Amino acid sequence: MLFQPINRNYHDFSIVRDKDLCINCKVCVRQCSYEAHFWDETRQKVMHDNAKCVGCHRCEALCPTSALLIQKKRSDFKDNALWRPEFLKYIYKQADTGGVLLTGMGSPVNIPVYWDKLLLDASQVTNPSIDPLREPMELKTFLGSKPDKLEFSKTKDGSAKLKTKLAPQIELNYPIMFSAMSFGSINFNLHVAMARAATELGICYNTGEGGLHKSLYKYGKNTIVQVASGRFGVHRDYLNAGAGIEIKVGQGAKPGIGGHLPGEKINAMVSETRMVPLGSDAISPAPHHDIYSIEDLHQLIFALKEASEYRVPVSVKIAAVHNVAAIASGIVRAGADIVAIDGVRGGTGAAPGMIRDNVGIPIELALAQVDQRLRDEGIRNRASIVAAGGTRCSADVIKAIALGADACYIATSALISVGCTLCAKCYTGKCPWGIATNDARLAKRQNPDVAAQKMVNLVRAWGHEIEEMLGGMGLNSIESLRGNRDKLRAVGLTDTEMDILGVKHAGR
Amino acid sequence: MKRVYPNKDFCIGCHICELACLTAHSKSKDLILAYTVERGESGLSSCKHVHEGGPTCVALSCRHCDEPSCVAACISGALQKDPETGRTVYDREKCVGCWSCLMACPFGAIARHPLEAKIVKCDLCHDRPGGPACVAACPNKALKQEER
Amino acid sequence: MNYVIIGNGVSSIGAIEGIRRHDKDGKIVVIGAEDTAAYGRPLISYLLAGKIGPERLALRGEDYYARNGVELKLGTTATGVDTAKKTVTTDKGETVKYDRLLIATGGIPFVPPIPGVQGEDIYSFTTLAHANTLIELSSKIKRAVVIGGGLIGLKAAESLHDRGVSVTIVELAPRILSGGFDEKAGRLAANRLKNVGIEVNCGVTAKEIQRGKDGHVKGVLLTDGRFLECDVVVVAIGVVPHSAIAKEAGIKVERGIMVDAKLMTSAKDVYAAGDVAQAMDQLTGEHRVVPIWPNAYNQGYACGRNMAGAKQPYMGGLPMNSISFYGLPTISVGVVNPPDGDKNYEVHALLDEEKETYRKLVFRDEKLVGYVLVGDIDKGGMYTAFIKFEMPLAGEAKDKLINAGPEVFLWPAELFDETWNPEPAKAAR
Repeated sequence: MLFQPINRNYHDFSIVRDKDLCINCKVCVRQCSYEAHFWDETRQKVMHDNAKCVGCHRCEALCPTSALLIQKKRSDFKDNALWRPEFLKYIYKQADTGGVLLTGMGSPVNIPVYWDKLLLDASQVTNPSIDPLREPMELKTFLGSKPDKLEFSKTKDGSAKLKTKLAPQIELNYPIMFSAMSFGSINFNLHVAMARAATELGICYNTGEGGLHKSLYKYGKNTIVQVASGRFGVHRDYLNAGAGIEIKVGQGAKPGIGGHLPGEKINAMVSETRMVPLGSDAISPAPHHDIYSIEDLHQLIFALKEASEYRVPVSVKIAAVHNVAAIASGIVRAGADIVAIDGVRGGTGAAPGMIRDNVGIPIELALAQVDQRLRDEGIRNRASIVAAGGTRCSADVIKAIALGADACYIATSALISVGCTLCAKCYTGKCPWGIATNDARLAKRQNPDVAAQKMVNLVRAWGHEIEEMLGGMGLNSIESLRGNRDKLRAVGLTDTEMDILGVKHAGR
Repeated sequence: MKRVYPNKDFCIGCHICELACLTAHSKSKDLILAYTVERGESGLSSCKHVHEGGPTCVALSCRHCDEPSCVAACISGALQKDPETGRTVYDREKCVGCWSCLMACPFGAIARHPLEAKIVKCDLCHDRPGGPACVAACPNKALKQEER
Repeated sequence: MNYVIIGNGVSSIGAIEGIRRHDKDGKIVVIGAEDTAAYGRPLISYLLAGKIGPERLALRGEDYYARNGVELKLGTTATGVDTAKKTVTTDKGETVKYDRLLIATGGIPFVPPIPGVQGEDIYSFTTLAHANTLIELSSKIKRAVVIGGGLIGLKAAESLHDRGVSVTIVELAPRILSGGFDEKAGRLAANRLKNVGIEVNCGVTAKEIQRGKDGHVKGVLLTDGRFLECDVVVVAIGVVPHSAIAKEAGIKVERGIMVDAKLMTSAKDVYAAGDVAQAMDQLTGEHRVVPIWPNAYNQGYACGRNMAGAKQPYMGGLPMNSISFYGLPTISVGVVNPPDGDKNYEVHALLDEEKETYRKLVFRDEKLVGYVLVGDIDKGGMYTAFIKFEMPLAGEAKDKLINAGPEVFLWPAELFDETWNPEPAKAAR
């Protein structure tokens, strides 16, 4: 600990280098953006500084001889159920810096994951299951306001003609979209990759609040453009570039607070796209300063609809908080075509850890309540619901749909598919996987050709699994599962939890 | 012919292509032995070289030009165009180590062997079943072998 | 189409490969005065030094001529060209008809008018026959004098020394390698030679080659009055274009055979390449005889292509030499000795006598036009690129080249992309 703060050695990870396998080729040295590995000129070998390791596993992944092992540091504080080690480390750090503890990605804390307590049904004897490899299976999803009723008229030749004017819809081949990650928080290469993947899959990706680079307008059919409190990159062409517009009110990882993209991340391209000066911090205010009520939101929704000539649906994204059901009802009544709800486990590029880990509620509970509330009020058809925040696998998606979602937003899973290991250091701008960084040296680690293919593979794989599970339940269309909570059973939940989720306990 | 094309926009400077090249041209075909033993003992070296300039890097090797300057400069006949495959082939036995090719190749694709009066130059891994080792090993697909 | 090539050196090989790029069927006849298939002429110093055996001399494999449909007339000297009838006559009494003719007769050693220079024991060291004779003699002779401190002279000296012969070099100029190298590079090379025991005398030359009563050489009398005893003399002052056959045929000859942008001589369908040709020089844009190996191949190749109908202009030659002296490698390319006091040139030289390394860069109009490397030659080709592609080097790029050496990232972006990662449509080069 020579010349270092006293808590420096309380680091999280140890780098273990196998002496028989390490050939001192320096691949790890070149890959580690935190300089945990370094070439020691005197010793003529690769050495490492454990204290700098963030546990991203980049070195381990690329080590050509598999000589590296990244372990949790085994040194333990004395067992204490209350004063767990992370709290000690937080305090040491804050005692040194006096600052807010920043973090990235979704919350790692042990908030109950209701997906794991919900089980799906399957057909046995009394109704046949369906084999999706032999029979048609429909995952197609339309997001947007549906009419209360359909009216038809008869044409001269006697055939029926739809009289009702339908609201604009977003058509998805899978009930999955890539969630908002702004250009700036992740780099351009990944935006290209998401755009291409969404196009190939026939789904949508969301620009996030950083605007849309001109070169990506060609993917507009598969793009949802976001309007957030900073209004970065928002202009008429932008609003008309996508298949939908989303007003971002809140984010699951940091409900109630704004965003802050540090000036170091604002390179020329980000600056041009966001329409902010090069190198200046881009600060998104906590609220939209023109939205202090549902009526204000109504105005903004219709301002955006006017601007886009009512050609695309408008979504409103909120964080899942205590009164989410009532808020969602207001949003629908304010004219939103889609309500996106982001649960407490949603990710972020940067947020104060205390907020990420302590503010908001799980998406499962929020989703069930919103769906029920809109049904109870008879307005469920007027908006689609998109669930976001910690969707880890196809089973999570299908359970969300059974709980009432029309589709799921995925972001963390998409990033994991391109290498993210959830080291949660996104806010440093030094992401060794080339994801949450605009450093040219690091950003090029994401080749859009490779990244797009991985994202496509992921969603296709989930699609296959969803079809299998749907078929198992005897359903041949995702529509038939939507809000169909009878297909879910709970294990190990309290009566209150089951009441909120609207599901019976397993065995009932 | 299918050549190896490097994309500098997505070369991450990991040098894994060099390690792959080294291994593919080693006796042992074992990276650890190739790097720690053969490199020193027999001067085994990579035909691929990662060039770095600021944030940009790129892995370069012989382009197997249609009209190569090295063949024109070669006084021994060690470098020739293979009319069938289009490769610029090197016959180590004929080479006298005059370095004319090294001087003439404007692409810097020819290196001196560290121990012998011979050169080191890409052979496109012509006898390797999976094609060039560098292409197969690139973790970011910044090297492509294709017909253009 | 009947192609006839007079001469069987590297230009001839280039021409065969150039012709076959476009014309797989045309008949090719090669007339060569020497008795062997084309060999690497510079290899004779390696042969004399005992570094390689005779089996490694051939430039191409045994089946090369057969595979390329080439009829070889070896040991045959072309004696005349009739450009009207389109025929070549030979000393064997043959008359060979051509549709396209290439004259690639190369150079002949220049022998200065020194008393005693005619007769036995004098070698030019430009042919395999001379090398073979010297190999036979080497065990019997003790001392040799090499007149001329150019590339051929020095390599001859080194090879004879390797055979155990005591060698003295005599060079009229104040330093060796005055042609392609500058003073410092020359000195490094000279030091290497001196260190192994080769004597180097500059600023003097042979006044007379003295012979004994038996007619054999006794020694060389120098202009400074010294007398060097020796058994053989190697005269390596240089080569001059072997252009007689062209001159007699009425083809325009200046220093060498004049050729146009497509390397055709003043006679229709007659081309010239290599040491005999006076072709365009890339750097000066003027027509010069530059008797170096890569030019000979390239001109032969360009002739071959054009004879086969490609209509490709010759891009111009670049003087370049790579040569090692007892393990000390040297490279010199382009303009290395700019005219004294010419303000258009800028020279950056870096000498490290301890490490025996030297680098000289010559710039003109913010472009690299020449360089010399001694010792550390590994980046040679990368420097050549800047000359060959005439890349603009202003300001920072030039500083980087001077301070950090050549790097592909100093290339113009477009050239870089076209070269290394072209759009599929533009990839042919």
